[in-house]
Amino acid sequence: MKNFKKTALASVLGTATLMSAFGAMADNHPVKVGLMLPYSGTYTALGEAITNGLKLAIEQNGGQLGGRDVEYVQLDSEANPSKAPQNMSRLVKGDGVDFVIGPVHSGVAMGMLRVAKQSGAITIIPNAGLEAATNQLCMPNVFRTSFSMWQNSFPMGKVAYERGHREVVTITWDYAGGKEDVAGFKEAFEAEGGEIVEEILVPFPSTEFQSYLTQIASIDPDAVYTFFAGGGGVSFVRDYAAAGLKESIPLLGSGFLTEGNITAMDGAGEGVLTTMHYAETLDSEANRSFVSAYQDAYGVAPDTYSVQGYDTGAMLVQALEAVGGNTEDRDALIEALAQVELESPRGLMSFSNSHHPIQNVYLREIRDGQHEVVGTAVEQLEVPDDACQM
Amino acid sequence: MDLAFFGVQLLNGLQYGLLLFLIASGLTLIFGIMGIINLAHGAMYMIGAYLVWDLTMRLGNFWLAIVIAIPIAVALGLVIERLFLDTLYKRDHLYQVLLTFGLILVINEAQRIIWGGDVHSVAIPAPFDASLQLTDNLQYSVYRLFVMGVCLALAGVIYWVIRHTRLGIIIRAGAVNRDMVEGLGINVRTLFTLIFSVGVALTAFAGMIAAPLTSIAPGMGDSILITCFVVVVIGGIGSIKGAFWGAILIGMATTFGSVLIPSLASMVIYLIMAAVLLVKPRGLFA
Repeated sequence: MKNFKKTALASVLGTATLMSAFGAMADNHPVKVGLMLPYSGTYTALGEAITNGLKLAIEQNGGQLGGRDVEYVQLDSEANPSKAPQNMSRLVKGDGVDFVIGPVHSGVAMGMLRVAKQSGAITIIPNAGLEAATNQLCMPNVFRTSFSMWQNSFPMGKVAYERGHREVVTITWDYAGGKEDVAGFKEAFEAEGGEIVEEILVPFPSTEFQSYLTQIASIDPDAVYTFFAGGGGVSFVRDYAAAGLKESIPLLGSGFLTEGNITAMDGAGEGVLTTMHYAETLDSEANRSFVSAYQDAYGVAPDTYSVQGYDTGAMLVQALEAVGGNTEDRDALIEALAQVELESPRGLMSFSNSHHPIQNVYLREIRDGQHEVVGTAVEQLEVPDDACQM
Repeated sequence: MDLAFFGVQLLNGLQYGLLLFLIASGLTLIFGIMGIINLAHGAMYMIGAYLVWDLTMRLGNFWLAIVIAIPIAVALGLVIERLFLDTLYKRDHLYQVLLTFGLILVINEAQRIIWGGDVHSVAIPAPFDASLQLTDNLQYSVYRLFVMGVCLALAGVIYWVIRHTRLGIIIRAGAVNRDMVEGLGINVRTLFTLIFSVGVALTAFAGMIAAPLTSIAPGMGDSILITCFVVVVIGGIGSIKGAFWGAILIGMATTFGSVLIPSLASMVIYLIMAAVLLVKPRGLFA
């Protein structure tokens, strides 16, 4: 009897060991995560921030996804739209990745999504803001963890009206991104009863703003709404302050005006109001621990791009947990990704029917060289991706 | 449009035009006298701005940064001319276009490796960090007035050298007929090195004094290059006077065009170029 017990126990243990060994063998190969991000050129910093964020989230999960090790395949997109289809094919067909994470640049996204449509590759967009990605192009295998232009500019329309501004001048570059952004603001502002008295379009990528500032001064509106980014954002905010307009005409913008640019603005940005789905000063447990973990891991403070990468990683962690690490059943995997809900550093985040994030958009004011959160402009804002209801 | 508005726009146009002149003057010298189409000219404008930003950060003094950055820019010009252009003078323009286009790529990438992809700015230096109240709600940076003064003074110096010195006579002769100058026993080799270095230094200097007014970003020289070619073509290739009036014309056209006919803003300089070339195919002052 004693022997029997011993044997039984041994066989149970043995079987368990065997089974777990077998289980490990079945899923022995690591999950392959393909990163198609810019690691050279103008957008290098964005590509690196996204990569850092993504890896941090997976590291915090023991470096595993659904109990499997992770292999990263990093490919430099060079932010080059003409190479996008070829790069994407290489990742999907050549390297056989389970997921493609990318891109940063909207032009590259167009090329990538063509291949995503043909191949059905699961693609998570951690930045590019073009509306079509989750609307007209509408694919079940495509997710976005970032924003669309509309989502960050629409909330400012209401804020502007509530702050008593009735006549507003808008100014942006004459290109698709700028016009999409301003259209979002205009939609909300006019719906409240405000009036856009002048829509100024500056030839892209000119940063010669003096003549426009003179024009704005002569119109003398209640406020100015603007979309510029990168060097253009810095130039515009500095020139606006130097022209003395900031005191008399408040400057509003979507978050990209000042994101990553505050230091270069050299104090000229103080008081500028923007709307964005993240702020480094957000007062929540999730954000505080993210900021310190990121700072520890990489020695720099995180920004919006880092969070977008981090949430992409967290999304993979959660979805692969739900399917037990099984990447073979693609429909179940896509379903699991769609069900993801994150307690993100940016706040609660889930996905709409079009696979676009439903998230808070914050009102931020630059104080002492930081984006201070003044309030939540719109809570859990869903983008009206009318052409795409999956 | 009231008078004050018109006056301020005139000032804006003049200031932009004068800065364009500073960049275009080097381009037209190199183009007209050496026959070199230097596409890397805009990249040198960017290098000027980055140099001054970097040195200002290190030294804490904008003016000292400029004093150190100028000889570095001249040296860069020397190296490029001796190392790369020297072998191409006798060849077709296409070779120079290819080489200087390659230089753009190399300089842009070198910039990124050395200084990274972030946007930077330089604070407006004392004693010019003040502004004038122009209208009820519009101020004008004193530094912009200073830049205008510097550009005008440099235009005067360049004009004087070209009009009233022996070197100027050689340069003017070279712009019209290079073989003749060579035939007269002038060392064209040395002259070319000198002109190229001065040309590069002028555009780099434009980047330096413009640094406090603009954002210092990768690729900032690329867009200004095309505008400068338009200036040179309108004024007449090789003509300093042409570059001056061409730059003022384009500065004014950009400023007023963007406000009065916004739908044509991005086209207005090309329309002017087409109109000028129809009437004077070789440019205004060629």
